[in-house]
Amino acid sequence: MRTTTKQKIAFSVLFLSTLMVILPVVFVLGTIIKNGWQGISWEFLTSMPRDGMRQGGIYPAIVGTVYLVSLSIVFSLPIGVMAAIYLNEYARDNLLTRLIRLAIVNLAGVSSVVYGLFGLALFVTFMKFGVSILSGALTLAIMNLPVIITASRESLANVPYQFREVSLSLGLSRWQTIRHSVLPFAIPGILTGAILSLARAAGETAPILFTVAAFYLPKLPASIFDQAMALPYHLYIISTQIPNIAVKTRYATAMVLVGISFTMNIFAVIIRSRLRKKKKW
Amino acid sequence: MKLRLLKEFIIEKLIFLSGIASILFVILIFTFLLKEGISFFKEIGLKDFIGGKYWYPISEPERFGILPLILGSLLVTLGAIIIAVPLSIACAFYISEVVQGKAKDILKSGIEMLAAIPSVVLGFIGIVTLVPWMKKVLNLPTGLTALSGSIMLGLMAMPTIISISEDAINAVPKAYKEGALALGATRWQAMYRVVIYAALPGIIAASMLGIGRVIGETMAVMMLSGNAAVIPSTLLEPVRTLTATIAAEMGEAVHGGLHYYSLFAIGIILFVITFMINVIADIFLHRNKK
Repeated sequence: MRTTTKQKIAFSVLFLSTLMVILPVVFVLGTIIKNGWQGISWEFLTSMPRDGMRQGGIYPAIVGTVYLVSLSIVFSLPIGVMAAIYLNEYARDNLLTRLIRLAIVNLAGVSSVVYGLFGLALFVTFMKFGVSILSGALTLAIMNLPVIITASRESLANVPYQFREVSLSLGLSRWQTIRHSVLPFAIPGILTGAILSLARAAGETAPILFTVAAFYLPKLPASIFDQAMALPYHLYIISTQIPNIAVKTRYATAMVLVGISFTMNIFAVIIRSRLRKKKKW
Repeated sequence: MKLRLLKEFIIEKLIFLSGIASILFVILIFTFLLKEGISFFKEIGLKDFIGGKYWYPISEPERFGILPLILGSLLVTLGAIIIAVPLSIACAFYISEVVQGKAKDILKSGIEMLAAIPSVVLGFIGIVTLVPWMKKVLNLPTGLTALSGSIMLGLMAMPTIISISEDAINAVPKAYKEGALALGATRWQAMYRVVIYAALPGIIAASMLGIGRVIGETMAVMMLSGNAAVIPSTLLEPVRTLTATIAAEMGEAVHGGLHYYSLFAIGIILFVITFMINVIADIFLHRNKK
């Protein structure tokens, strides 16, 4: 066989493989939108569930998820950004730095349900926060740390080295240099990472199973020490635990969850592309 | 002036603390799993735990053998990897070496979208589409099988494997490929005779991280694979994985009982498995960089 024919066949195989990755995505999203949009209404989004979640809306689940991810970012963003600053600006190439890197890799690899166990043991039981928004948010925060650290560090590393040299040569201290000549240029990248981590946290179910999630709680949480419903957990129970729910309710819930996740992703992408256009160095 | 120095001193200490926080958290996770799991191992030895063939945590007498769960996890993972690895590597090559321009961007965002779909949503879609379809086409008593789990988990592992493989392929020095092309090789020959070998450590690391992701996945596999804690013999039977066992049973386990502690013991096993996979993958990734 001629080599160009071989190449054609090989490229077709590669193309078909790619299609087999992309088509399921189209199928999944298509199915959700096709069956879900009829179920979405203002009432569905803003009313309490009724009749054992068979009727009514998903308002408390949306609110619960918003509380959870907002609180988790309050913990994870400062620690994550400072950790990135340490790794990129202060750390030398030594054993400690290697250990930190290894720890980050491992935090990223720990199973989500193991995070759930950890949250249950540390926050719910040991620190006595109980099954609460606080426990869940702290669990999600630790889980999201690797995403924020990696994105922030990359963003810091992209700030040209000369910025630091100029600032230091003018007599500014190391922290002043970071604060005024490095960090401002890294903010969009850090923001992108933060939003992506929020999107991920919003969809996570296993870490909140034992730390926050209430099966059916048709009222809004009053404080961070309350249990709450959350969207992904709600989708899990209405699609596996409760019979006789209208299919369109399930699809609509899935659509809201995917919608939140995608909106945040698109947001992150817009910030990133703006940054690329604005970049002047 | 003094105040500023003090402020900077404090800030720099905070930065250092945040820097080592990751190490602290890994230790904390392991400690707390151990703290809850250790009382289980006092009652039941590690050998009976890992080698035991029966998982009857709430019957009388209770049995805590996780062999069926380990085999369930392995089987689902194996299936997922067989599906995901070849497709992902082919896809990574297609995206980084064959397709160009707008199409490349579209494909890349398609894969990013796949990564952004929450696992519980994929589980739900599996229940309403894949499971009934499998039952009908393969004429099975139930569509909730290891294979259903494998297919969805394979899909979920793909974005990880593709993006890391793609990085590895892009990191291969251009001169390798150009050298091959200059010697008269076609683009395909340059790809499978030269580029793939140079990118191999990265591709292996990508596959390992994909495996790690699959073993640790919880929601979709719990919703799709049937949750029968018996030693499986084929992919077409219901199985129960380690992760699904924890997620499904923690709600019912009595706080402080043996069953409760046994789920933490499973957590320890999972933690150790993913830890090892990540360390090995990291070694491969770094060999690539040097």
